[in-house]
Amino acid sequence: MGFLDSILGRSRPPQADLDVLFSVPQAALSLESHGYRFAGQGAVCFRVAEGAAFTTVETEVRGLISTDAGTTVEQVDDSYGFRWLSVTAPQDDVTGLVTSLHAVNSSLTDAGFGSALLCSTVTFVASDDRRIALVYLYKRGTFYPFVPAGGDHRDNALELQVKVIVADDVPVEADLSRWLAIWGAPGL
Amino acid sequence: MARTRFRSDGGLTLRMGAVGLGLGALYVAFGVVLISYSNMAVGLIVTLGMAWGQWFFSDTLAMKSIGAQAVAPEQAPQLHAMIDRLCALADMPKPRVAVAVTDMPNAFATGRSPKHSTVCVTTGIMQRLDADELEGVLAHELAHVANRDVSIMTVASSLGLLAGFITRWGMFFGGGGNRDSKNNGNSVPFIVVLLVSMVVYFVSFLLTRALSRYRELSADRTGAYLTGKPSKLSSALVKISGDMARIPNRDLREAQSMNAFFIAPALNRESAGALFSTHPPLQQRLDQLARVGAELSEQV
Repeated sequence: MGFLDSILGRSRPPQADLDVLFSVPQAALSLESHGYRFAGQGAVCFRVAEGAAFTTVETEVRGLISTDAGTTVEQVDDSYGFRWLSVTAPQDDVTGLVTSLHAVNSSLTDAGFGSALLCSTVTFVASDDRRIALVYLYKRGTFYPFVPAGGDHRDNALELQVKVIVADDVPVEADLSRWLAIWGAPGL
Repeated sequence: MARTRFRSDGGLTLRMGAVGLGLGALYVAFGVVLISYSNMAVGLIVTLGMAWGQWFFSDTLAMKSIGAQAVAPEQAPQLHAMIDRLCALADMPKPRVAVAVTDMPNAFATGRSPKHSTVCVTTGIMQRLDADELEGVLAHELAHVANRDVSIMTVASSLGLLAGFITRWGMFFGGGGNRDSKNNGNSVPFIVVLLVSMVVYFVSFLLTRALSRYRELSADRTGAYLTGKPSKLSSALVKISGDMARIPNRDLREAQSMNAFFIAPALNRESAGALFSTHPPLQQRLDQLARVGAELSEQV
């Protein structure tokens, strides 16, 4: 928000940056070469807004995704008033998953709810069955890894390792304080 | 280009701009009078120094005045998690989080810039509101931080501060000014400065209060769009305002110095004079939130 906007109180909620998501398949390849398989699951997290318009858009979106072969959609509400649409896709089809996630985002944005988008996750599995989420922050246009380690602890060491692996493929969030912990996200 | 549902309120922006212009014009006029008629360098330096100090240390001062303590994420996990997500949604740095132990339900945000700011809630408000309502209140406070309201209100009110300073202490510092032979001594031009100061003080007081009201409305709007649930903020405001009227006078008198920063004014009666109020009337806030709700509900 610009300085003049501040003074005049003309605040604009930041809009989401959608296209950077398509660099995920490249990151998936790098992670694959280090032994982290794509788990066939991803999710979009957004703020639930009041009103009939939002409900209509959501229903449309779900209809859109379920027409793709092999993908299923599931809705999970978390305890913070945010909704997760969890999409499962065939094991080796990262591009398909990313396209579905992008479809969700575009529908919401076209309906004017772009500011409600919080983040997207694409899940990977390590050889010891630990789940790693590559989280995309819409408002910043950057990625960061999230590895829950039981209870409310994060495996920071593994997160930093994953960051190094994907750093050349996707823009990684440089400010560590923005690496939001998404407890209870589906697929983790 | 993606459309957004956030429509800026042209009328509000216009009114805010007009008040800002009025204050700016007042600044210039006052400065001209000061320079032509007096030699108030000392006064100027002291007052501007005070205004700067008030701005720079605003969060420390505010927290000390209400007895708030900063809380770590382990001490208040739900509160921190709510603020984390709202900040991620709004793409702003996370402010310091503080809690004040008092039964009075209220929340405020202070700090000289978004990077050095604090959001404080009272234990009273955490008890009375449910999670969605508290989130609406937090979003309103974060909107104050993002809009740099502390800086703007300090700049706006520093004119009044200077005029007030001159009005009170001018006698002791006054003099100097035109020493032309046409004037009979120093007293005539100085009285002009004094009178002008009193008028400027009064007018800037009214303008600053008006600016404060508009910025409250603006923060309500931004907060409602951030959470997407304007009706929750409405119900929170109703709950808080109703409770404020029932709280015994002792708490209110302690809180009055903090009034400008609170989400709901710590005053017992609505009729504290509409022109002098730092917050818009409850009904006006509820009407605006209802309009935001309608805008969100419009079908594509």
